[in-house]
Amino acid sequence: MSTSAIRSVPGLALLTAGLMGSALVLALIVVPEDADQGISQRIFYIHVPIALTAYFCFGLGAWKALLLLWRGEERHDLESYVAIHQGTIFGALTLITGSIWAKASWGRWWLWSEDQLVLFLVLFLFYCAYFMLRFSLEDGPRRARSSAVYALFGVVLIPVSFLAIRLAEDLIHPTVFTRDGPQMSGSMFATFCVAWGAVTLLAYVLYRVELAGKRLDADLRDLREALP
Amino acid sequence: MTYLADVAALTRKDLRVELRAGDTLPAMLLFVLSTLVVFHFALPEGTGDDAAYGLLWVAIVFAALLGLARAWVPEQEHGVLDALVLAPSDRSAIWLGKTLATLAFLAAAQVVALPAFILFFAPLDLTAIAGVLLADIGICAVGSLMAAMASAGRSRELLLPLLVLPLAIPLIVGGVGAAISPESERYLLLLALYDGVFAVLSWASFEYVVTEHSS
Repeated sequence: MSTSAIRSVPGLALLTAGLMGSALVLALIVVPEDADQGISQRIFYIHVPIALTAYFCFGLGAWKALLLLWRGEERHDLESYVAIHQGTIFGALTLITGSIWAKASWGRWWLWSEDQLVLFLVLFLFYCAYFMLRFSLEDGPRRARSSAVYALFGVVLIPVSFLAIRLAEDLIHPTVFTRDGPQMSGSMFATFCVAWGAVTLLAYVLYRVELAGKRLDADLRDLREALP
Repeated sequence: MTYLADVAALTRKDLRVELRAGDTLPAMLLFVLSTLVVFHFALPEGTGDDAAYGLLWVAIVFAALLGLARAWVPEQEHGVLDALVLAPSDRSAIWLGKTLATLAFLAAAQVVALPAFILFFAPLDLTAIAGVLLADIGICAVGSLMAAMASAGRSRELLLPLLVLPLAIPLIVGGVGAAISPESERYLLLLALYDGVFAVLSWASFEYVVTEHSS
């Protein structure tokens, strides 16, 4: 990463902080309370953007993995790893915020009938195994390729698992929990969009910071090896 | 045609090694039977058949993992995998040969395990058996690739279940659904879809896992 690219990170971080602050103000104070679910619905403006961002990170990680296998450029390995790392962090946050929402709405911390939560649990386990795989292999092209193949399996697993969980839900819970909330009003949708933008930007800044740190680490190691 | 001949030769090699050494299959058989006996004592009286079907799937998946953990050991011990990678054949033939051999072991173990399950617990209909066969294909296809990945790692026996279990969840949903749901075709369809998608993905990506440098 060039120095000019690193210099843009503090500015981006400042922008993220501003956007995140306004998203919180909008979500907690400005937007009217949901008639049906009350105050607990406000977590929606954080929970759903985090979940979408996690998907986005997993997708980005798989895309970088595909580029690595396709073009054979080594830098994509670190990019794929960092994207999946961010995705796993946001995935864990999704599980936590989803649990809180479930507790507030239905009085239970965990509901197996919530497709999205179960899917995130499966994905969370899958991507934790990704890290186990990565840390048990020796640094080198073989590790990069094995990790990339596993990351690609992840994006294929998402729709297949979703289908399976949907089917399993009919099996285990004959009565499906439907959540036909009222149509989202304009101000709600606007708040949601601001929050989504803020979380996506946050993920991007974290991605850039972690990538810069990891690259610095690798450069330092190379330098140390080069010195007698 | 040479591709198929290569695959057949590799499968035959694995089967012959197993026939002579007998490392994997007796262990899988004994494991699946002991698991069924353990389940009898783990299930409280009067739990019903549905719970037993679920446990059958736990037994199948873990027996498959046992077989897969041994799958690449002969190749690892004498550097055979490097020689196979150097051989003038498509690398994916190595994966297909290993998948077919593992599938043969798993099916052989089930030839004993499924009648034992019927004897001990509950009847299995044709769709349930079709579900078992379809899930076998999926777990062997994905598992032999994952086992190849794990075999390069420091803690391969530990790593393999962690890699395979999240990927096996759709298979378990499909297998259990095929056994107990009245609409079992949907579950068989899910299993077939899984097999198709993941077999192609594993077939295409095996080469990247066993080669050191871009070629």
